[in-house]
Amino acid sequence: MSRPASANAAEAAPIVEARAVTRTFRVSAGLLKGKRTLRAVDGVDLSVRPGEVVALVGESGCGKTTLARMLLGLLAPTSGEIRIGGKGSVAQSRRQIATLVQPVFQDPYSSLNPRKSIGSIIALPLRAQRHPEPATWRSRVEDMMERVGLARRLYDNYPSQLSGGQRQRVAIARALINQPRLVICDEPTSALDVSVQSQILNLLEDLRRDMGLTYLLISHNLAVVEHLATRVAVMYLGRIVEEAETDALFRSPRHPYSQALLQSVLTPEPGRGVPDTQLGAAYPDPLAVPSGCRFHPRCVRVMPRCRSQVPQPLALPGAMVECHLYDAQCQARSTA
Amino acid sequence: MSERVLTVEAMQVDLPLAAGTLHAVQGVSFHVDRGETLCIVGESGCGKTLTALAVMDLLPSAARRTAARLELNGQDLAGLGERAIADIRGNRMAMIFQEPMTSLNPAYTIGNQLEEALLRHRPVSRKQARERALYLLDRVGIPSAAGRLKQYPHQLSGGLRQRVMIAMALMCGPSLILADEPTTALDVTIQAQILHLLAELQREFAMGLVLITHDLGIVARIATRVAVMYAGQVVEMGTAQAIFSAPSHPYTRGLLDCIPVPGKTRRGEKLGTIPGMVPSLIGLMHGCRFAGRCPYVVEACRQSEVPLAPGQAPDHLVRCIRHAELGGLAAHAARAVAS
Repeated sequence: MSRPASANAAEAAPIVEARAVTRTFRVSAGLLKGKRTLRAVDGVDLSVRPGEVVALVGESGCGKTTLARMLLGLLAPTSGEIRIGGKGSVAQSRRQIATLVQPVFQDPYSSLNPRKSIGSIIALPLRAQRHPEPATWRSRVEDMMERVGLARRLYDNYPSQLSGGQRQRVAIARALINQPRLVICDEPTSALDVSVQSQILNLLEDLRRDMGLTYLLISHNLAVVEHLATRVAVMYLGRIVEEAETDALFRSPRHPYSQALLQSVLTPEPGRGVPDTQLGAAYPDPLAVPSGCRFHPRCVRVMPRCRSQVPQPLALPGAMVECHLYDAQCQARSTA
Repeated sequence: MSERVLTVEAMQVDLPLAAGTLHAVQGVSFHVDRGETLCIVGESGCGKTLTALAVMDLLPSAARRTAARLELNGQDLAGLGERAIADIRGNRMAMIFQEPMTSLNPAYTIGNQLEEALLRHRPVSRKQARERALYLLDRVGIPSAAGRLKQYPHQLSGGLRQRVMIAMALMCGPSLILADEPTTALDVTIQAQILHLLAELQREFAMGLVLITHDLGIVARIATRVAVMYAGQVVEMGTAQAIFSAPSHPYTRGLLDCIPVPGKTRRGEKLGTIPGMVPSLIGLMHGCRFAGRCPYVVEACRQSEVPLAPGQAPDHLVRCIRHAELGGLAAHAARAVAS
């Protein structure tokens, strides 16, 4: 399927951009052990341009949500720069940022205030932005409800009276009411049943097309990622280790971690069995990032240099990979 | 003939509520043979978890269970008292839950809990129990198993905890394992590893495995046979091959059409949906439970109970009066199937 918007996306200015962004947290390492520094995001570059659907994938604790919170202006980077709408995030107010970027969270049960009516929840961004003409709010909210497939009669209902799918529609309506340019969807369907998930995915795709939206999609469901995203960034322990167009990544992933991730996708094909990812049982500890390549303790293609040397990112046309397997290409480039 | 591990016939679970009786499980029948994996698949509220809890006799105290037959290795479980069932539970049949943290005691070490699982049921010494625990921790792929015995559950990652739960379920060498969404709380990479391990152990120890999940990808990859549940009933049952290559119940087809499949569905293409909502399971019901959402519904569907009847393939059961005439429409559902 052609995506006219993404064809010239490379030229358009990014809506949000992370430049060498690092975010650390001081966390307790245990009783009587004092504090240690956790590098949740460690030198990340990422940009999202108009018309794109960029997916951020990786295991829990890899820094996806921390990065998303910085791109929403909810968290300042420890170093590096977040640019939203062409300006630094730190220099802008929350309210300014909110006109450009809006979130949709995973759990529609905890992301909606149970004591506010549906109408009032969806209208909140209008109130927060001190939108002129309060007289038009109700009709704007009702139009948006219709747009996301919620009956207008639910205006005065409360979240507890709605199903999970309806709640997620409320969250989407709230995100879109002020016509943002970018919506950051953090696991938008993982709390939903299969039949409801497909309704929400269809809705997100319809809205994107009709309203010219741009998405940053955070998901661990790679089937969903493949279905919606135009570009994918694979995160591992705070770094983006590979970035590529969706089709290219799913056809031929370069990084051994991306390969393992894709191998783990269980498509509904009987007789193929469960793949052996050979990743080993050791789960990475973000408080003790391994030396050299941070993926080396789990990598099936580990080489001696992976244990000591940090791999350099190799920029390819429309793609990036950070792995010693591509050192030869890296060198050819620097000498050329 | 293969050895039957579990037989469930016409099992019913009722929950008395203020609004009336909720018929959570309505006459569910299935069996599991040694070395076989039965997947029970369905969406939330379909009764799949209560079915497993009913087999284990772990239902909430208000719930009422009845069954025409409920047998483990030919022994009747339905008539057993609490003490007798406690001797079987964790011994000849064991359960693995979605969130291992809820079933592991945070105040005891991993080693202590593993050993206890064996000491409770077998006349062995603590030393022998420890040896068994070490062997199994190693077998489920836990690195430096000896050191882990002294650790507490919170010191382990989610994936490792689930491996510990699997080891614990295996301590007494059960003939049946029930696993309720064992990988739902885990990352995809860890999920694949845990399922790979479960499938391997199931073969190695020739156990019967009942795996409960909402994920059709997992079902396709691990099931020998599949039971699809909807609104408290099994609506279709058959081999994984039959269910995925020729799904016969409109609900099964609907579910398969809902999921995006890399390489099969095209980007941004409309996914199938199942309009409407699951009917309330409170009070009396009649006719097909799926009638309100089914695109092929006819008047007869609503008139009387629809029996689970033989379908197209051998060992295939479908609860739909139109499945034979709808068989010709199967092509549209074949999308999600291996080419």
